Amino acid sequence: MQSQTPARTWPRDIYDVLKQVGVEQIAYVPDAGHAQLIRDCEADNAMSVVSLTTEEEGVAMLAGGWLGGKRGALLMQSSGVGNCINLLSVIQECRFPLLMIVTMRGEWGEFNPWQLPMGQSVQRVLEDSGVYVQRADRADEVRDVTYAAAQMTFSSNRPIAVLLGQRLIGFKDWSK
Amino acid sequence: MTERRQGTLDRREVVAALIKGRGDALIVTGLGSTCYDFGTQDHPNTFYLWGGMGAAAMLGLGLALAQPTRRVVVVTGDGEMLMGLGAFATIGAKSPKNFSLVVIDNEHYSETGMQPTHTQRGVSMTGVAKACNFPNAETIYTEQEMAKAVPEIFGGKELVFRDIKVNTSRYPMSIKLRDGAHIKNRFRENLLGAKAFD
Repeated sequence: MQSQTPARTWPRDIYDVLKQVGVEQIAYVPDAGHAQLIRDCEADNAMSVVSLTTEEEGVAMLAGGWLGGKRGALLMQSSGVGNCINLLSVIQECRFPLLMIVTMRGEWGEFNPWQLPMGQSVQRVLEDSGVYVQRADRADEVRDVTYAAAQMTFSSNRPIAVLLGQRLIGFKDWSK
Repeated sequence: MTERRQGTLDRREVVAALIKGRGDALIVTGLGSTCYDFGTQDHPNTFYLWGGMGAAAMLGLGLALAQPTRRVVVVTGDGEMLMGLGAFATIGAKSPKNFSLVVIDNEHYSETGMQPTHTQRGVSMTGVAKACNFPNAETIYTEQEMAKAVPEIFGGKELVFRDIKVNTSRYPMSIKLRDGAHIKNRFRENLLGAKAFD
């Protein structure tokens, strides 16, 4: 098992897809798995990038952005999905599009047991909240999965979450 | 200890003054009484947030960032705002100049049995706003202060916060428009024209 990954190309693939589909608003709660993507977005003057105190703020913010004619994406870690539940009712009731890109914890070699309960229930929680869920577990599929999800959310006005598997991101190996 | 100052303004008169001064501002109302208040004079530039308690201010931020040439004004209640207090920090850190946040503060949860909110227990929302980098934040108690506040809320050149203290008068629900998809589509079509369907 790899605990150290070589230079990642998939975060840049996500950034390229966001540009390609015209995303101009980024809302995020930091996660190590999103660090490079957040840096790329922050460096892009054509993007409004907002750091949140909690993930549900981002659900509301991107609904407002869409009201104003802008496409957005919400970047977060799996632990933040639970924070969004009630706000996802607004997305469902109003038929807002919502692109969530979620880095997974608590599912593959996780060292912190406190991450497991939320990590293991992320998909069910999202689906029960009316969000379509798609996954990427290999670096070479991240671009296609993200692109397909983005096309679908903005053309159907429905929320879609892309889960980036912990296997893709790598984990801290504390055994040695 | 000085006695706490009571709100004496009437919420419907406050909202009537806001509606009179709205111009072409885009308005977001929070769930509960502020939706009903603005429902007294429906307008396609009003987005009524009937749910998602705590979300009004952040929804307004997204709209303000998307429409930098328009004034965006969020009008919500004290209970709704207290549920999303972190938004003060997020909005203050971003400091959009075309954004005003207005709380109609009756110091109670009106919809659920008039339980007191923290704003009658020593919590100052204006204090929170100032501590969160809002450059222009004030509490409004009188008609004179209200008359001065309206042009600042709608014509301001910076991020504005106003906590408007009102009495506990309650009014009947004045709006039947509840379908979220309809409210969203109407708002977008009015704002964006044909681009609403891009």
